[in-house]
Amino acid sequence: MKTVLVGLGTCGISAGGEKVYKALQDELKEHPGAFELKETGCIGMCYREPLVEIHDNGGKHLYAEVTPERVGRIVEEDILGNTTVEEWLATADPKEQEFFDNQVRIVLRNSGIIDPGSIEEYIARDGYKALRKVLEGMTPEDVIRDVLASGLRGRGGGGFPTGKKWEFTRASKGDKKYIICNADEGDPGAFMDRSVLESDPHSVLEGMMIAAYAIGADEAYIYCRAEYPKAIARLRQAISQAQKRNLLGDNILGSGFNFIIRIKEGAGAFVCGEETALIASIEGRRGMPRFRPPFPAESGLWGKPTSINNVETFANVPWIILNGGEAFAAYGTANSKGTKVFAMAGKVRRTGLVEVPMGITIRDIIFKVCGGIIDDKEFKAVQMGGPSGGCIPAHMCDIGVDYQEVNKTGAIMGSGGLIVMDETTCMVDVARYFLTFTQAESCGKCTFCRIGTKRMLEILERITDGQGTMQDLDNLQELALQVGAASLCGLGQTAPNPVLTTLKYFRDEYEAHILHKKCPAHVCAPLLTYTINEQCTGCTLCARACPTAAIAGENKQLHSIDQDLCIKCGKCFTVCRFDAVLKD
Amino acid sequence: MAEQHSEEFKRFNVDLWKYDGHAGALIPLLQSAQDTYGYVPEKAIHSISHITGIPAAEIYGVVTFYAQFRTKPLGRNIIRVCNGTACHVNGVKTLYGTIQDELGINYEETTDDGAFSLLSVACLGCCSLAPVITINGEVFGRLTAAKLRKILRDARRRAKETV
Repeated sequence: MKTVLVGLGTCGISAGGEKVYKALQDELKEHPGAFELKETGCIGMCYREPLVEIHDNGGKHLYAEVTPERVGRIVEEDILGNTTVEEWLATADPKEQEFFDNQVRIVLRNSGIIDPGSIEEYIARDGYKALRKVLEGMTPEDVIRDVLASGLRGRGGGGFPTGKKWEFTRASKGDKKYIICNADEGDPGAFMDRSVLESDPHSVLEGMMIAAYAIGADEAYIYCRAEYPKAIARLRQAISQAQKRNLLGDNILGSGFNFIIRIKEGAGAFVCGEETALIASIEGRRGMPRFRPPFPAESGLWGKPTSINNVETFANVPWIILNGGEAFAAYGTANSKGTKVFAMAGKVRRTGLVEVPMGITIRDIIFKVCGGIIDDKEFKAVQMGGPSGGCIPAHMCDIGVDYQEVNKTGAIMGSGGLIVMDETTCMVDVARYFLTFTQAESCGKCTFCRIGTKRMLEILERITDGQGTMQDLDNLQELALQVGAASLCGLGQTAPNPVLTTLKYFRDEYEAHILHKKCPAHVCAPLLTYTINEQCTGCTLCARACPTAAIAGENKQLHSIDQDLCIKCGKCFTVCRFDAVLKD
Repeated sequence: MAEQHSEEFKRFNVDLWKYDGHAGALIPLLQSAQDTYGYVPEKAIHSISHITGIPAAEIYGVVTFYAQFRTKPLGRNIIRVCNGTACHVNGVKTLYGTIQDELGINYEETTDDGAFSLLSVACLGCCSLAPVITINGEVFGRLTAAKLRKILRDARRRAKETV
């Protein structure tokens, strides 16, 4: 019998996946027993959602952009009639296959394949086999040795060697130790961790169990963003399934190892992704970072030794234990091993989730895996690492994905958000955007982060308003260096990165804003010129909205804008219902 | 109305009673209060203070630190505008302008008739549909100013009908 899988991660649901699932349920009522209907997590091709995959005797094929209206024909021709509806296949254009061909899936090994709500399906794909292997024949030192050999580094952005962190926590004195899973994925534009939690929650739990065994912990917290309700629901379900099978609780699988996992919902503070702030938040306080040392490995949650690792890091662990550290280290570069998951967004054709081996060039990710830039516009830059990262210009994108290589550009590997930018993206505006974010999210503890980012933002706003001076650029540079140097935690230390990298690589754009009062990408509103074209129906809406009466025109006649009166507020552009107002 | 209040309070009270003296329960208790009332009212802060022994001022400090907690009730319909990087790059600012123009409210504000509240979120995670807004959880993606205006007018008409 054929199995029909519907991708119901958050991206699938947003695109209407639930309606497709419902339509399939209705079809199943009409043809009882004709097929088996299941839900699955993220298949990765977010840009083609909703996705429906049909499995048939070992073979499978994927339909993209499925609507409830298309379900009828798919059921009739494919499921009942055994003829594939070729034109609706995701790979109807053979070029689409390269999206899958250039990926190596370790973290995402089960995503979009298993039903995340079923522990049986996880177990059927070697789930919890690594835990068994560890409990039945490995010492904690063996586990740490394997993880060290794998070269796995923290995937949350810091890139600290995971095995080392475990080694330190294990060596710390204390009868009580904790594991914390950092699922406070706060970078705007990053959704890797959410997707892993929604699509394969057990792989994260298994990784945590192995970590706990290695460091000698018996209790763990998963600190997850409250904005991820689906991920939290999946985790709760997975924890209860694992408890029923004695994979969590007392004397796990008869080994004498005890372990429990609790979930803490974050309350919306970006800074809580920083480990000491996260600990303060779990303890019920304002999430403000503290000075390190002591590091959490020594004194963490409630003052006990604690190892904090990221979701993606944990999801790698069972694979490493089963296949050996060397197999993992076979992928990647000299100092960055394994794979990395990236959330692709922005002006790239194929947006979604991709997992690629370390060392692949950024250009290959964008052009080979993700199909290049939308509408074949000119590729300008890529933003890596979110608000803590930086913009890498197109001409430098032949570097490989590697912690050191990326750091050299002034950006950071970060947690995996990769935003592609083209000629229509204004780099000054991008810098201002990230600074608006970090300025608002600064916890306020360090003066330079609290006030310095505010002053930097004011300068950037001046420049994008067309009021900037060349002196502003020097001030901006100096402030950026000071904020970075005088902040306690990663938020403040890295907040200037988007400004520093754009100043370094796109100084000409800053100068165009300041000297020529022009925004080359046509983004910064005050620097634009608004005009009205022939699509104008003369509805008078813009003329009535204009605060300076700069728009003239009779009812049902073409309108025009008096440039001397125009204050470039953009109101006419916003109110126009006929796309007749142009900006230049 | 009075009945409804006591019912709400009972629900929240159950959570208060479940409080086991464990440190770190403050944020879950505040989340429970907000789930119950739709915001964190002053009386909830005092109840929590009474049970946990944490000074009300400190609790207020925690409430105002986290973006999730609100000290004012929201409107009946909630519009969330995604301000993630992908949405920003794809022009969400124009959408914000359209909402301001159509409903006359800024972020964190509620219309005078209590029908709509406008919130900004850091990232909804549907970056492939950017720019995106949600109305009462329903996602509207790949929006233009013209498309959004129509959606808002429909929503406003529905809001009027349901009053």
